[in-house]
Amino acid sequence: MMKFFKPHSAVPDSESESIFLILRFLALLVFGLAFALPFLWTVSTSLKRLADTTKMPPEWIPRTSVYSAVVNGNRISRADVAWGSPENRIDQTGQFPPNVDLAWVRPEGSEVAYRAVKKEDLEKVDDIIDFQWANYLGAVKAIPFWVYTQNTLFLCFLSVLGTLASSAIVAYGFSRIKWRGRDTTFLLVLATMMIPFPVIMIPLYSLFREVGLIGTMVPLWLPTFFGNAFFIFLLRQFFRGIPEDLTDAARIDGCSEWRIFWNIICPLSHSALIVVAIFKFIETWNDFLGPFIFLTDQRDFTLALGLQFFQSQHGGTDWHYLMAASTLVTLPVILLFFFAQRKIIEGISMTGMKN
Amino acid sequence: MTRGDRQKLFMGLLFISPWIIGFILFLAYPIAASLYYSLCHYSVLAEPVYVGMENYTSLLHDSVFKVALVNTLIYAAMALPINMLMALGLAVLMHRPIPGRGIFRTMFFLPSLVPLVAMAILWSWLLNTEYGLVNYLLSLVNVPPVDWLGSTQWSKVSMVFPTTWGVGGMIVIYLASLQEVPLHLYEAARLDGARFWRQFWHVTLPLISPVVYFNLIITIIQLLQVFIIPYIMTKGGPARSTLFFVQYVYDTAFRFLRMGYASAMAWILFLVILGLTLIATWATAKRIYYSAE
Repeated sequence: MMKFFKPHSAVPDSESESIFLILRFLALLVFGLAFALPFLWTVSTSLKRLADTTKMPPEWIPRTSVYSAVVNGNRISRADVAWGSPENRIDQTGQFPPNVDLAWVRPEGSEVAYRAVKKEDLEKVDDIIDFQWANYLGAVKAIPFWVYTQNTLFLCFLSVLGTLASSAIVAYGFSRIKWRGRDTTFLLVLATMMIPFPVIMIPLYSLFREVGLIGTMVPLWLPTFFGNAFFIFLLRQFFRGIPEDLTDAARIDGCSEWRIFWNIICPLSHSALIVVAIFKFIETWNDFLGPFIFLTDQRDFTLALGLQFFQSQHGGTDWHYLMAASTLVTLPVILLFFFAQRKIIEGISMTGMKN
Repeated sequence: MTRGDRQKLFMGLLFISPWIIGFILFLAYPIAASLYYSLCHYSVLAEPVYVGMENYTSLLHDSVFKVALVNTLIYAAMALPINMLMALGLAVLMHRPIPGRGIFRTMFFLPSLVPLVAMAILWSWLLNTEYGLVNYLLSLVNVPPVDWLGSTQWSKVSMVFPTTWGVGGMIVIYLASLQEVPLHLYEAARLDGARFWRQFWHVTLPLISPVVYFNLIITIIQLLQVFIIPYIMTKGGPARSTLFFVQYVYDTAFRFLRMGYASAMAWILFLVILGLTLIATWATAKRIYYSAE
């Protein structure tokens, strides 16, 4: 390395450093934009009319053209326009379908019959931003959205509760009590994370089928009450960071292990517990394979599962509804992130601190 | 063992008892049962019938199984380097002070929170041949429309997009480990005349190598188990070009009710994962640097 050493390299260094900063910034900007575009595209599509979703080049901000027309010598300054024949009406696209010469108009907002006008008699007077918020209503009505939301929240609540309670208690046993074989057993806990879910999903299915619980939510939340290797690991790391003196003093005062856990460790660990709760919530909210296997009745579906159903039902053509539904399902998780950003980032950072 | 030791052992076991019960019920038993089922004809509707190694020998002659296995390996081989480089590259670009750092971090992280179902749906729209954003952007640089999801040539590549878009979690892990590299090492490298690339290669990479290894293993495990994304985007088509391992296991078990056969397949998956993990461990072993603690 030494042979590349140049004396006086400090001055050009700072200059190249600032060029480098600009390059880094530009690279981040390009990639950042690439990562943001799918979101913008989704929201943009969700606010368009169906006909506008297939417009090329695409419009990022949905717009509607306003026309004025002359009908029988009378000028309608702002007209509702229907393209094609009224029987075979195409949505207002802002463009003439290629093989139709006539358009049908009536005064904006009125209920009178449409009158035919020639293409030439139409005049574009305005181009307004026009978000189709009604798409969200349409998407919500197309599936039992509120039922799915309730199911998902119910499942999230039980799963978070189960994970918090069991993983914290188990993590205490793995960190604050010294017993023979503890660390070997903990290796076993970590090893269980290596088992792929497909290996155990079939016996789990037949096990829950045996006791008649297929088609209920029980198989989805019951296992969370028995500790989760990943969260046990996370909480154990945190508990180990709490000074031993605290618990030793409590033991000398005659506190039981349970009281030490409940009255000392838990209150000191609320930030780690919140991280676990958030992670488990997001995991449950987004889970697909579990509900896909264990739920059979549409009334029990979660949002993630319902979204798939929505897609197959609509054959993937109603893109504006699909994007609205996808946005609605994603939004709560994104909002949660903005409320708990620091905790989530800290929690994920801890994940890598293994070995 | 003294009385105190026994007491501690008892308390310790008492506290971890939820895990012990869960381990037996939801892991140890299913693993044993899965091994047993893999040696049986089992439709879940009737009792399993022991048939020895038949399922495993049938797998050798199952052409669909071979397709699924090869598809999964090809897909993982494409997505693994892209995702690893993307995550590490973006983290390295971001880890030193730069205007808008927090905003960038959020931008790169947010996609990883999107439910996989929604991710799959929105990427099938982005990759739509006629009206998708990707083909539109390509058309701006005069690339003719690509039939992403409808052609056997591109369908696997299409499945890489969503996973690469979702590497945010890895980026955050890298960022955390990059912050731990002591600054004085960079100073020393710079005094030795090492510029960016050499600093990265000789200082940064060795020091974060345990985290690179961790991310590598996690990514391998996740990619080999990819299910929802192809299931939603293409249902395995066209012409089985995106039929991946877990979907074949799922179909065999829950659509064709051949649970024994599917169990055998799941064990092959486990062996493939284990094998690749060991290869990755062996290949990186000499390059991983664990700092003395």
